[in-house]
Amino acid sequence: MSDEILDEVTASEYKYGFVTDIESDTVAPGLNEDVIRMISAKKNEPAWMLEWRLDAFKIWLDMKEPEWSNVTYKKPDFQAISYYSAPKQKKTLDSLDDVDPELLKTFEKLGISLNEQKRLSGVAMDIVVDSVSVATTFKKTLGEKGIIFCSMSEAIAEHPELVKKHIGTVVPKRDNFYAALNSAVFTDGSFCYIPKGVRCPMELSTYFRINESGTGQFERTLLVADEGSFVSYLEGCTAPSRDENQLHAAVVELVAMDGAEIKYSTVQNWYPGDAQGKGGVFNFVTKRGICERNAKISWTQVETGSAVTWKYPSCILKGDNSVGEFYSVAVTNNYQQADTGTKMIHLGKNTKSTIISKGISAGHSHNSYRGLVRIGARAENARNFSQCDSLLMGDQCGAHTFPYIEAQNPTAQIEHEATTSKIGEDQLFYCNQRGIQTEQAIALIVNGYCKDVLNQLPMEFAVEAQKLLEISLEGSVG
Amino acid sequence: MIKIKNLHARVEEKEILKGINLEIKPGEVHAIMGPNGSGKSTLSNVIAGREDYKVTGGSIDFEGADLLDLDPEERAHKGIFLSFQYPIEIPGVTVSNFIKTAINETRKGRGEEPMDAREMLSKMREKSALLEMDKSYLSRSLNEGFSGGEKKRNEIFQMAMLEPKLAILDETDSGLDIDALRIVANGVNKLRNANNAVLVITHYQRLLDHIEPDFVHVLYNGKIVKSGDKNLAIELEAKGYDWIKEENV
Repeated sequence: MSDEILDEVTASEYKYGFVTDIESDTVAPGLNEDVIRMISAKKNEPAWMLEWRLDAFKIWLDMKEPEWSNVTYKKPDFQAISYYSAPKQKKTLDSLDDVDPELLKTFEKLGISLNEQKRLSGVAMDIVVDSVSVATTFKKTLGEKGIIFCSMSEAIAEHPELVKKHIGTVVPKRDNFYAALNSAVFTDGSFCYIPKGVRCPMELSTYFRINESGTGQFERTLLVADEGSFVSYLEGCTAPSRDENQLHAAVVELVAMDGAEIKYSTVQNWYPGDAQGKGGVFNFVTKRGICERNAKISWTQVETGSAVTWKYPSCILKGDNSVGEFYSVAVTNNYQQADTGTKMIHLGKNTKSTIISKGISAGHSHNSYRGLVRIGARAENARNFSQCDSLLMGDQCGAHTFPYIEAQNPTAQIEHEATTSKIGEDQLFYCNQRGIQTEQAIALIVNGYCKDVLNQLPMEFAVEAQKLLEISLEGSVG
Repeated sequence: MIKIKNLHARVEEKEILKGINLEIKPGEVHAIMGPNGSGKSTLSNVIAGREDYKVTGGSIDFEGADLLDLDPEERAHKGIFLSFQYPIEIPGVTVSNFIKTAINETRKGRGEEPMDAREMLSKMREKSALLEMDKSYLSRSLNEGFSGGEKKRNEIFQMAMLEPKLAILDETDSGLDIDALRIVANGVNKLRNANNAVLVITHYQRLLDHIEPDFVHVLYNGKIVKSGDKNLAIELEAKGYDWIKEENV
């Protein structure tokens, strides 16, 4: 009986599968130096940026696609991807009235009414549709504090010294295959700088979205928190339904200087493919932050989408007394595969890290946690606590845990806990007997299971994340 | 209120209930006693609608509706409550969140509006006080790390919140010390009125010292073999179940 219910419950269709009809300016597929020159030229980039890209391209040519992760997929044909796509409408917009109505409709369907977001939550949003920023709000309020929050293209044009100083310092060009590719061809993304001692007065938020059929997305995000500053950054993604796989290879770099704190939250809902495992987004992302003295970086992610996810938001705890945190919920359904986790690299003294990972697998999916805790030789009194839980729904899915621990300092304290559980028929019947339908019961149980992570999200985001968890697992019961 | 006629049920391939007849009217308290394996818990699970229990014959009428046609949650919406012998843990879901969801889902099932938040809160306070539960109870994860007594008190707390028409207490006394037994029984007694009914399923007579039954039935080998008033329970306690077994060889 439970199998039947779980099948139904977990067989929900992707609710955000629609295509916005906006004219796009798309470059022919293929990748070579000329394409990179053209991307750079289209964006009126300075010469140093072009050289940086070309250098990354040369590095990439010599690299091989990684194969160590616990996922299987047909490797993308990098010559079949178009590396640039921008909505044609390109002039800067003063207000939402100037935004393409089709685009606004898309956001409405996603339940992200810009107007509402602006009015109710005081969230400044840099919306990225395909690869170019369309609208940026709340710039003025931020400007008064000296906070820079803009698209990466704009940052390259207007704050080249900051970009040049920090780009590639946390995720070097040669870090990995996808980071090198991203460095060569990234089209846009977000840039954020918080000046010394400034506490950013609002959550900064970006919604990413893949829109152009067959377009690769190569976002580049750089967030710099100067000494003693604080910022909470939200990143959320949804993508429309596609039949062919789409590649998404982003790079996110965080720099937390002495005493700074960065809270980076993600809700990821790329198209996961249909119930048979056809289509869906490949999400191969490199996210990493570096903490100087007394700094803190906290990653929170709720991952429900993508056909294949390969992602390890990490912290390099370079400065003494710095703190790294990683809170993650990863849901896989149908034929989704996720290999995700974190790396905590302890270099400074008295550094602390916490890892809470909650995996939920349903359908025929596979969900792997892969984490590395490394304590360097000079990291006296470093401490780590890791907890990795897996929840299974049905008997066709898989949960895997790959924790790696490397301690080179005898004073290190490392704790690791792991559990695996199933949503039991007993739990469902208990809820049913109290008048709660099976679908609601699963949502309740799953939300309870994820509570430690959801609690880390800013309030309005937590609500959205809960909704997403329900959508990802709900079906046509009753 | 509930009329059970010639009820037969099996678990997997084994027939457990072999023709149960029982009628409970509003305001009544019935006790079902019997030795282990006689079918007591099967009966409570069948009434609540657990799917592993297959009804092979007979009928259950609940206030004019055919209960066997309904899903477990629909039965709950109609006012059937089962206090579980082994309450289930749901980590990360607080007692207050769980009961709030249960009440509002039940209201939704009945086509009613959700309960006002203030009313919900004051009701939770009132009912947890009735069961002498500490305030911190409400913000603990449902049954996680609860002692046996706390779990059973939590069941009766939920019953008090949901105000069912028919409450089935399945071995609610097991695992309770004397004090907890008194608190639980006291809670049940305070909730009794002319419009609801209680079915107490128990192995021992001691709970019936506190919740006084109008009728006592003895279940043996899947059938009710003897019915009487509260004196029957006392007689059973004195003589043991062997006496019943001998009569029904």
